Amino acid sequence: MATVSLKKLTKSYGPVAVVQGIDLEVADREFIALVGPSGCGKSTTLRMIAGLEDISDGLIEIGGRKVNDLPPRSRNISMVFQSYALYPHMTVRENLGFSLKIAGAEKEEMDRRVAEASSILGLDQLLDRRPSQLSGGQRQRVAMGRAIVRDPDVFLFDEPLSNLDAKLRTQMRTEIKKLHAKVQSTVIYVTHDQVEAMTLADRIVIMRDGFIEQVGTPDEVFRRPQTRFVAGFIGSPPMNLHEAAVDDGQLLFQSGERLPLPSQFKANVATGDKVVFGLRPDDIYPTGHGISSGEDADVHQMELPVTVTEPLGNETLVFAEFNGSDWVSRMLNPKPLKAGDRVKMSLDLSQAHLFSAETGKTLRG
Amino acid sequence: MDQNSLHRARNRALGIAHGVGLFLAMLVICLPGIWIVLSSLRPTVEIMAKPPVWIPRELSLDAYVAMFSGIGKGGIPVLDYFRNSLIISVTSTVIAIVIGMAGGYAFARYRFRAKSAMFLGLMLTRTVPGIALSLPLFFVFARLGIIDTHFGLILVYVALNVPFTIWLIDGFFRQVPKDLAEAAQIDGCTRWQAFWQVEFPLAGPGIASAGIFAFLTSWNEFALASQLTRSINSKTLPVGLLDYTAEFTIDWRGMCALAVVMIIPALTLTFIVQKHLVGGLTSGAVKG
Repeated sequence: MATVSLKKLTKSYGPVAVVQGIDLEVADREFIALVGPSGCGKSTTLRMIAGLEDISDGLIEIGGRKVNDLPPRSRNISMVFQSYALYPHMTVRENLGFSLKIAGAEKEEMDRRVAEASSILGLDQLLDRRPSQLSGGQRQRVAMGRAIVRDPDVFLFDEPLSNLDAKLRTQMRTEIKKLHAKVQSTVIYVTHDQVEAMTLADRIVIMRDGFIEQVGTPDEVFRRPQTRFVAGFIGSPPMNLHEAAVDDGQLLFQSGERLPLPSQFKANVATGDKVVFGLRPDDIYPTGHGISSGEDADVHQMELPVTVTEPLGNETLVFAEFNGSDWVSRMLNPKPLKAGDRVKMSLDLSQAHLFSAETGKTLRG
Repeated sequence: MDQNSLHRARNRALGIAHGVGLFLAMLVICLPGIWIVLSSLRPTVEIMAKPPVWIPRELSLDAYVAMFSGIGKGGIPVLDYFRNSLIISVTSTVIAIVIGMAGGYAFARYRFRAKSAMFLGLMLTRTVPGIALSLPLFFVFARLGIIDTHFGLILVYVALNVPFTIWLIDGFFRQVPKDLAEAAQIDGCTRWQAFWQVEFPLAGPGIASAGIFAFLTSWNEFALASQLTRSINSKTLPVGLLDYTAEFTIDWRGMCALAVVMIIPALTLTFIVQKHLVGGLTSGAVKG
């Protein structure tokens, strides 16, 4: 079990910098998710921690020990690959025990640890099969088993669930969470799926273009996004984000329509400021079909035309037109609506976000 | 006749036509081999008969007995030729495989300057017919004094086989996912161990087939060997066949018998290695 610390970590291929001097402290036994769109540098960061990729500049410490130039085998980590990377010419048992065999472990010790890992992951029946005889989910479990057997300081996961179908993915997600509760070790988990990141991680690191945009608990990144990018990336369906100008205590949208300036931002903006206004679908709802979180005074009512509805059973996503584009709203306890209906909507402005149009940073004080 | 039985009849007819076609194709492929074996067992009159005698009237092992019975009794130094062939083929194959593995792995895994130009260059050497090289090779080898030596032929065969083994082995290493070697390194292997423990076993079938091809090329090569060998010091079996030609006659029976002696080891080796050539070993390594 160990801490991981990255200091000014940089990776460039020639003139192209893919990771641009990131700093990150991962606490002992913490579950950290690196999330971001493809090409944001999250996988490269993970591979640098693993030692599979040379670092261009900066410092990596695992358990307080500098590991910059150590080969992967000397870092006491284990990694689960997106492709699983099981050894096809070995049985499940040999796959699980491979690292111990390389380390020259005794036969009894090897059997004991393989049995331990296989019972944690329910692989007992599969030990004598080869990877080609396993289903996707089983392979995934073997890959995790191989990681556990090593008893590493840090677990690294590189998009481990992205090759599974949706149902299995949800199931394995729960298993990974249980596993972390059981083995209690430091985990760094790379994914492009924000739902995976939100559900699994103690803290989420959102990356973009080789930089860290924000580090925070799932709750923090959801409720207090520091940048416009984070606001748009976290949450499903995504936050409604629209550019506006501050005009005399109001927000003036491009179409000429107006909304009151949310009171929590009044002190931080002045007339003429260009801003981006953000409101989550949860905070817009047909009046009477949602939950207001703030004072009623902060809830702005307006009538909007419905363009599309997407019923999900327990709730319906209602797309309503405002400022020339569709705003997603979430209707709880749904009532029948159809396109073209004009509906009275409630906008819970106490939950609204404002970002600088120029820098993309939050305007929250 | 209703539609169903019509289709059934047609499928059956197609099946029969398929079988007949395959049989004819196999006949064309196998007949020369069968003819060699038959010819080695029958007297010259029967071999030369026109129209051909399809069913042999008498069979004898005389040619084989004569072959091994020593100079002066119709024999040739077949054991010497066999030894030369074996030494030259095995050594050149081993060297070509070692170089092919190193080169193939480098081409499959690493990025380096002028990689594709080098690869193309290696392939271009295959376009030069070996026989075109025989005269220059003869001059060079004569100057170096390595005519009629094992070393000379081994050198030629290694040069002939290396581009091919590199190309073939490169293809097989490309099929082994990179992730596997990385996983092995994380599991505690050095780069070297990762290669031998994971990548080598998975590319094994490919390396074996490259080995067979290299071996057969060396084992069967005649044109260059006939120029670069002189005596029992280095003459290989294909060159030995020429011993059966005299000024005015050719001993077809003896030649066929020697050909059978040549074919047997090659065939045996191919059968032994063949079962290791089954592909699909890498399936299941990655993805679902």
